[in-house]
Amino acid sequence: MSTPTTSVAVDQSLLYPSPYKEFWQAFSRNKGAVAGLLFMVLVVFCAIFAPWVAPHDPSEQYRDFLLTPPAWLEGGQIQFLLGTDELGRDLLSRLIQGSRLSLLIGLSSVVMSLIPGILLGLFAGFFPRILGPTIMRLMDIMLALPSLLLAVAIVAILGPGLINTVIAIAIVSLPSYVRLTRAAVMGELNRDYVTAARLAGAGLPRLMFITVLPNCMAPLIVQATLSFSSAILDAAALGFLGLGVQPPTPEWGTMLASARDYIERAWWVVSLPGLTILLSVLAINLMGDGLRDALDPKLKNAA
Amino acid sequence: MSLLEIKNLNVRFGDATAVPVVDGLDLSVEKGEVLAIVGESGSGKSVTMMALMGLIEHPGIVTADALNFDGNNMLKLSNRQRRQIIGKDLAMVFQDPMTALNPSYTVGFQIEEVLRLHLKMSGKAARKRAIELLEKVEIPGAASRMDAYPHQLSGGMSQRVAIAMAIAGEPKLLIADEPTTALDVTIQAQIMDLLLALQKEQNMGLVLITHDLAVVAETAQRVCVMYAGQAVEVGKVPELFDIPAHPYSEALLAAIPEHSMGAERLATLPGIVPGRYDRPQGCLLSPRCPYVRDNCRQERPALDPKTNSLARCFYPLNQEVA
Amino acid sequence: MFSFIARRLGLLIPTFFGITLLTFALIRMIPGDPVEVMMGERRVDPEMHAQAMERLGLNKPLYAQYLDYVGKLAQGDLGESLRTRESVWTEFSSLFPATLELSMAALLFAGILGLLAGVIAALKRGSLFDHGVMGVSLAGYSMPIFWWGLILIMFFSVSLGWTPVSGRIDLLYDIEPRTGFMLIDTLLADEPGAFLDALHHLILPAIVLGTIPLAVIARMTRSSMLEVLREDYIRTAKAKGLSPSRVVFVHGLRNALIPVLTVVGLQVGTLLAGAVLTETIFSWPGIGKWLIEAIGARDYPVVQNGILLIACLVILVNFVVDILYGFANPRIRHQR
Repeated sequence: MSTPTTSVAVDQSLLYPSPYKEFWQAFSRNKGAVAGLLFMVLVVFCAIFAPWVAPHDPSEQYRDFLLTPPAWLEGGQIQFLLGTDELGRDLLSRLIQGSRLSLLIGLSSVVMSLIPGILLGLFAGFFPRILGPTIMRLMDIMLALPSLLLAVAIVAILGPGLINTVIAIAIVSLPSYVRLTRAAVMGELNRDYVTAARLAGAGLPRLMFITVLPNCMAPLIVQATLSFSSAILDAAALGFLGLGVQPPTPEWGTMLASARDYIERAWWVVSLPGLTILLSVLAINLMGDGLRDALDPKLKNAA
Repeated sequence: MSLLEIKNLNVRFGDATAVPVVDGLDLSVEKGEVLAIVGESGSGKSVTMMALMGLIEHPGIVTADALNFDGNNMLKLSNRQRRQIIGKDLAMVFQDPMTALNPSYTVGFQIEEVLRLHLKMSGKAARKRAIELLEKVEIPGAASRMDAYPHQLSGGMSQRVAIAMAIAGEPKLLIADEPTTALDVTIQAQIMDLLLALQKEQNMGLVLITHDLAVVAETAQRVCVMYAGQAVEVGKVPELFDIPAHPYSEALLAAIPEHSMGAERLATLPGIVPGRYDRPQGCLLSPRCPYVRDNCRQERPALDPKTNSLARCFYPLNQEVA
Repeated sequence: MFSFIARRLGLLIPTFFGITLLTFALIRMIPGDPVEVMMGERRVDPEMHAQAMERLGLNKPLYAQYLDYVGKLAQGDLGESLRTRESVWTEFSSLFPATLELSMAALLFAGILGLLAGVIAALKRGSLFDHGVMGVSLAGYSMPIFWWGLILIMFFSVSLGWTPVSGRIDLLYDIEPRTGFMLIDTLLADEPGAFLDALHHLILPAIVLGTIPLAVIARMTRSSMLEVLREDYIRTAKAKGLSPSRVVFVHGLRNALIPVLTVVGLQVGTLLAGAVLTETIFSWPGIGKWLIEAIGARDYPVVQNGILLIACLVILVNFVVDILYGFANPRIRHQR
């Protein structure tokens, strides 16, 4: 056979997009996810710059303007764009202030449960003989109660308030992270690259955090996003039941609790706080869906 | 008239700018003939047959100058008309038997389905015939196997069941898409023997898709070599193996481990099959071809008759008359 | 199949003990004097305080107290409500049917509508219907259901006057609680119009409670269906020339429903949690409302054992769902 002539080798890496660009391309294809992202940017902006963005002080009561309707309705005032509540406080300002609380609760509860959750999940996956089942049994017990009830129980013990709400929600979200991490870890442990790393002499911490964990991040990121949104929902539920953030702090759910009596007279006091919750949670869930679709290689087109 | 005639078949997934998975394929099969289609993974072998069966889903687009089976223009048929042909006159056996059967229904149910639909059998007659089919594919204890679920069967057994399902409609053409690739080596030979015995007995056309050249040499009458979605050579079996015209066919034959006995390395072509981002303008093999010349990189050759076969090459090998 | 059931049963026992440990620990963690917590009254008198400590076994070491607690549970003694002095068990069992009726109505609503929507969305993937179903279900589990309940009440009860605002049945009717299920009891009683009235009261709460399960079931059915339709055996079915409806409904649905079944069962947990909120809004006299009021009133025996009972309920239902799943999945059914 004649010797092969060398052909020009094309540098393949120049033709394929970088992982970040590929991720963004996939993510941005999902219009809903992008819409969610934009909305959340708005919410984050409001939360950070609340004191400057809000037209009024959220706790200031305008005695002459109790239960004013929103500006576009009869009887509404321009200065109170979304109307006022039963104590004459500007609804828009309270909602903006509430965004701070919701984001704070979401962020802190996710962080507080993500880190221990990942650690426990790693340990459960790497020590499947005794430690693993023990941890999982514990998690199963925690999951035996519906999450809201467990949160209610915890808050019942600790007492109402912002901090206890965060703690309760963090505890309640813990099992899902542990389960997810463990499942992902156990899936990865069978793979050849882990065996290769072990053979190359990698120690346990390195195996855990550098070899395996980065490959489990995709479902965890998605779960974190979704936990963020359920944290907001749970906090609102606790507030509504009178067990969470207490009035006069303008948490969206707490605002709904006091609004119950005004269904007939002042629908905006009832509808608007709930609508804000719905939109925020919807935006985060859209983002989470977009993230999942962009990160899950199975869904990428093979062609 | 050929039993199967394919001219200029194109299959692409996406719009007109998407890379074609099958690129201008020509093929024909006669009644009772065994045609083998060989090529690497990703060469478009399976997609070709799936397109024939009408199993290509959105976003796949199938176009062809001709796609005729048994006198029917498969491109022009309505869905209902096509469904009367596939499973009956035109049947297919797939690669992985363990996933090809529905795990929630018994073997008997799945075979009888074909009998009820295409042969209008019912009740006891259908069951009896199904048992006969299981015996034909050499499954021991056929009657009791009728009530087994797929997960209770081994790979070899499952493939036999799949074959039974395919021949239940008494097809004129059977397509076997790498039927033994997922099976143990010892079972492979049994299944191949079974397929060939059935083919002879029923005088069916058989299209055998495989990457095992030894099997091709023993069983097929004609062979079509595919590369990157195109047919690069089509010819009669002993001749193509002895005097291949296309450089790729030659490389395939050279890569058989037995041909490298005593050498230090297996003979291979450098490089890889072109993918999405690096399709050459000229001949698709040009980046890797050991005999490449300048015009090969600029123009694409057509599949033309050469001395002993049809080959897609400007400078075919072995062109002296055999 | 047998070993599958045995293993699941085996898991049940430690989980049950874990729950009792949890509820035991929960109460012990409440800040303040334990006697006050358990009795609900201030015992200033030191002698009575000491007597109470003795009687409640609070002098013993913790593990002994735990054993006492479990012992009492085994005998069926779940303590008394501090407010009504009724046995916790009696209160629970009298209020439970109301929650059960509401949950079943919600699950029926969510299950039927969800399955239908999910299957059609999967079949018409990418269509307007599909996007609509996905969008609506996304909104469904993104919204706070207590707000959703209030909105529906505002719209249907207050503005349109179509449905009542609260309760299970109009105060006019005096229905004897024979089964505890208002729908059945009204049929058994001899009062004209009572059944319809009960139905009227059930609709809105059932829809509100069933909204999240509806969203989850629709999504799950759709994605399960899509996954199944990608499987090789579907390709085989098509290659056999079977009609599209047969491929989908005979070959596809059977396999797609299996994971959906698990999800439907797991919705029980969501339903019980949602019941807490729904019952509060609609003043529906079930165990959710009971628990919340107990927490607010610091009625700790009710809180402790109410949580225990609800948890046991959820575990039991999950167990049954697991077993049903085992039957549905032929691979597990045929295991030794």
